[in-house]
Amino acid sequence: MTEREAISDIIDAHRHLEGSLLPILHAVQDRFGYLPPNSNRLIADALRVSEADVHGVISFYHYFRQRPPGKHAVSVCRAEACQAQGCRQLEAHIKTRLGIDFHDVTDDGQFSLEPVYCLGNCATGPTVRVNNTIYGRMSAEKVDRLFERLAVDTVRLLS
Amino acid sequence: MIAYYTPSSDKDHGTPAVHSDVLVTVTIDGVDIAVPEGTSVLRAAALAGINIPKLCASDNLEAFGSCRLCAVQVEGRRGTPAACTTPTEQGMKISTQTAKLATLRRNIMELYISDHPLDCLTCPANGDCELQDMAGVVGLREVRYGFDGENHLLEGKDQSNPYFSFDASKCIVCSRCVRACSEVQGTFALTVDGRGFDSKIAPGSSADFMSSECVSCGACVQACPTATLMEKTIIDAGQPDHSIVTTCAYCGVGCSFKAEMKGDQLVRMTPYKKGAANQGHSCVKGRFAFGYATHKDRIRHPMIRDSIEQPWREVSWEEALGFAADKIKGIQQRYGRNSVGGITSSRCTNEETYLVQKLIRAGFGNNNTDTCARVCHSPTGYGLKATMGESAGTQSFDSVMQADVIVVIGANPTDAHPVFGSQLRRRLRQGAQLIVIDPRRIDLLDTPHTAHALHLPLQPGTNVALINALAHVVVTEGLEARDFIAARCADDSYQQWRAFISDPIHAPEHVVDQTSVDPTAVREAARQYALAPNGAIYYGLGVTEHSQGSTMVMGIANLAMATGNIGREGVGVNPLRGQNNVQGSCDMGSFPHELPGYQHVSDDLARRRFEAAWGVELDNEPGLRIPNMFDAALAGHFKGLYVQGEDIAQSDPNTQHVESALRALDCLIVQDIFLNETAKFAHVLLPGSTFLEKNGTFTNAERRINRVRKVMPPLAGLEDWQVTCALSKALGYPMHYEHPSDIMAEIASLTPSFHGVSYEKLEQQGSIQWPCNERSPNGTPVMHTEDFPIGLGRFAITRFVATEERSSRRFPLLLTTGRILSQYNVGAQTRRTKNQQWHEEDLLDIHPSDAQLRGVKDGDWLGIQSRAGQTVLRARITSRIQPGVVYTTFHHPFSGANVITTDNSDWATNCPEYKVTAVQVEKVSQPSLWQQQAQDFDKQQQALKRQRARVSEV
Repeated sequence: MTEREAISDIIDAHRHLEGSLLPILHAVQDRFGYLPPNSNRLIADALRVSEADVHGVISFYHYFRQRPPGKHAVSVCRAEACQAQGCRQLEAHIKTRLGIDFHDVTDDGQFSLEPVYCLGNCATGPTVRVNNTIYGRMSAEKVDRLFERLAVDTVRLLS
Repeated sequence: MIAYYTPSSDKDHGTPAVHSDVLVTVTIDGVDIAVPEGTSVLRAAALAGINIPKLCASDNLEAFGSCRLCAVQVEGRRGTPAACTTPTEQGMKISTQTAKLATLRRNIMELYISDHPLDCLTCPANGDCELQDMAGVVGLREVRYGFDGENHLLEGKDQSNPYFSFDASKCIVCSRCVRACSEVQGTFALTVDGRGFDSKIAPGSSADFMSSECVSCGACVQACPTATLMEKTIIDAGQPDHSIVTTCAYCGVGCSFKAEMKGDQLVRMTPYKKGAANQGHSCVKGRFAFGYATHKDRIRHPMIRDSIEQPWREVSWEEALGFAADKIKGIQQRYGRNSVGGITSSRCTNEETYLVQKLIRAGFGNNNTDTCARVCHSPTGYGLKATMGESAGTQSFDSVMQADVIVVIGANPTDAHPVFGSQLRRRLRQGAQLIVIDPRRIDLLDTPHTAHALHLPLQPGTNVALINALAHVVVTEGLEARDFIAARCADDSYQQWRAFISDPIHAPEHVVDQTSVDPTAVREAARQYALAPNGAIYYGLGVTEHSQGSTMVMGIANLAMATGNIGREGVGVNPLRGQNNVQGSCDMGSFPHELPGYQHVSDDLARRRFEAAWGVELDNEPGLRIPNMFDAALAGHFKGLYVQGEDIAQSDPNTQHVESALRALDCLIVQDIFLNETAKFAHVLLPGSTFLEKNGTFTNAERRINRVRKVMPPLAGLEDWQVTCALSKALGYPMHYEHPSDIMAEIASLTPSFHGVSYEKLEQQGSIQWPCNERSPNGTPVMHTEDFPIGLGRFAITRFVATEERSSRRFPLLLTTGRILSQYNVGAQTRRTKNQQWHEEDLLDIHPSDAQLRGVKDGDWLGIQSRAGQTVLRARITSRIQPGVVYTTFHHPFSGANVITTDNSDWATNCPEYKVTAVQVEKVSQPSLWQQQAQDFDKQQQALKRQRARVSEV
């Protein structure tokens, strides 16, 4: 199935819903990890809205990605509870360690970094999420070990 | 002398007018005012002469409430609501100026200005900036936040659009541009990207405006309260010092514009809010494409030559007109009175058109006058006159806002009549149902934020079969409007027609063989149209330019009468006229068989009135139509032609035939602003004046007579009407007019439907929709409300006769033609503007399956062969058209679209069958022989123009 066909199928599965744009965008991102460039046009045509209308919604929500994420999509919580536990320092450490800023992807495509505001894990902050797994009580050392392990896993998987 | 006509107040009232019979009274700053229920506090205040500061509000946009500057206090309520989003209520007491509000507004402005460049003195909006005005109004004196924090001051400029720039550093994100693009234009090309502090205006996800869905209508530029969106002409020239209201000279919508001037330099065209046809909206042509008026190619001096192989000689007006008159007289002496004729222009004013036909009838002494309506809407004139008694559309554009089902047949409003297209889209967004009958999938079908429309994609050339099928469904399913028919239509014609149309050969299931349209969809369309409270039909050249064009127009009239969709707002039969003054040129007696006001030349009473006024005897026999002129020229008994403002060599069908006819003339007099394709065959070239250089009137598609006002002197010294007068004088038939208003007075005296028209009334009312006479002194927005000019409406028998032009083994594809938004007709004007950037060449649209069959890729050169000729265009593969059909535009002379079109024409009016030509298409490697010859001929003629002997040297 081509990317185009997959997107069309997703649109067809949701278009009957009232306010179907958001469910469609979620489903496309769930499928591809991001919103592929030609999805705007396909969605706009199907919903009888303009390409700019779709773009306006996508760009409003930080959750929607317009570029492929890294293999390991890292989110750092910046909400109040985590800040009280020192997440700003952790955030700086992660940026240095990965060599990227928020919304970027490492050159090797392994890691991407996003801010997030509360993952509901306030009791055990600072919190980091990698793809769908949540890690509490994170520190610079723990993050380093986690990233090393993830990188090694990838190498092992590739070899 | 140029008389300035400064527009009366076009004050912005902040929010749109609300229509309600209930009035509520409110007190604003102690002033009582009664307004229709639902009116915003902002608008009520503006109506009371109280100005509340505002930035994000404008009365052509729905209230938005984002800038918060219009905050007010309401007695008995908490807080400071925004006046724009607060509706008035009976007894409300509102304060617009309090200490609290002053502080609040100053604080808001302070925030805006803390992230805005402080370069007012060098800013292009200086002198016309709402942000600056509001800073002044609220008394901003300091910006306590400083300018060092995070800001947008270094945002870049988007200069991609040729006519305006987008400077994001000056943007306050008020969303007026986004809303103008949505609500006014209906394109929805703009959005707010991101949110919060990162919010910025963006043309969708596109890199810049030019590569986005933007159609460059200018609505956003007009809406912008800062210098963010700015016309490049203003950036270059600075603010205008005065403005004059006039009428656009492009399409038949007839938009009113303020020509904004610095001295005699036009710096900007801004749509005029009080223009009844456009209500403050515009398209890329009228708004921006006026640069042709001062283009270096303009003809500045009269030129003459004895043969078309000779270089031109620039001469004085007197010599050129004397030369032309001698030639005409000589030809008439040798070949007879009927050996000469003329063609009036649908681009020129009513007064000019009237004079040209008067010159031909009274000066030449024959009725050999015709106009380009011959090749576009002549079937409209014929078909509507035969059925409803008047050769014109029945409604105002505004009527569409009350239509429930809108049928668009063979028209492409978003490209060809863009400002009406936007209004139509607005109505569709309000929920009206759309039915499109067209071989192509036009953009209107994909109008954002509307329900799915019904598309009946018929085979080119089968209009009549389809309209009969629709009528058949109406009659056989009992959907007729019996009361209307009984009261308003002739019973004998109705009974005959009813018997005819009830025949099962017209059933959708039967005609599908010809039309290829799904019968269920046809039945659905007929039911929707017939059962709608208000059903309106809009049609274009896809109806008229066929061998059965007149039949189709009558079929449309039949359908409208049978369903009672005539004679009130929201319904009607609406031809969308192509040229700015095609309605007017028809009204003014351009046709060989009709004197002004559609009075037949054989009508002794009418003719005698003209004879008395003009002091000559007039021929009572119709003269030659354009195609007859060509045939007569080739046969050797038609030798002289006067053409004003029409490029027959490019626009008429079967170019090679036209060119041979033009070569056969002894004297071709062309009056035009450029050396157009026709002028290359001319012996006398008289410089024309653009719409900016003369006074007069144009009549748009809704019969609206609008004033054209001179904003700059004519480049060559004379307005077109003066040239015709001078030529007439040289021919020995002097005409005496001081001003075009004198000509209109003569027209009014001789034309019953214009009796009440005068320049004084035009100044008072702004515009007049004819008929305007004793019966309706202020004009007639909706026609046929009580009865038809012929009393009872007459149904016509509309038998479908397939065109002889059909696909065969040799020519398996059907070519149909149309236009695009950025170019206008033969392109003489728009090709000399930056509109070229959107459409540099005409392309041949071909369906993927036809392309695959021939091994054609996007951009390949394709030879297109018909029985008339061959040309070469590049391919564009698109599924917008159906298999078996190819499509192109005709905006560029060397495209040769009309080399292929044939001499087939409408049975009643000779309107050419541009819309159907059987062709074969194959890959080629070089231009066609005709194109090579045409380019060589062009080189030769341009050289002859360059080698011209200057007037000063003669």
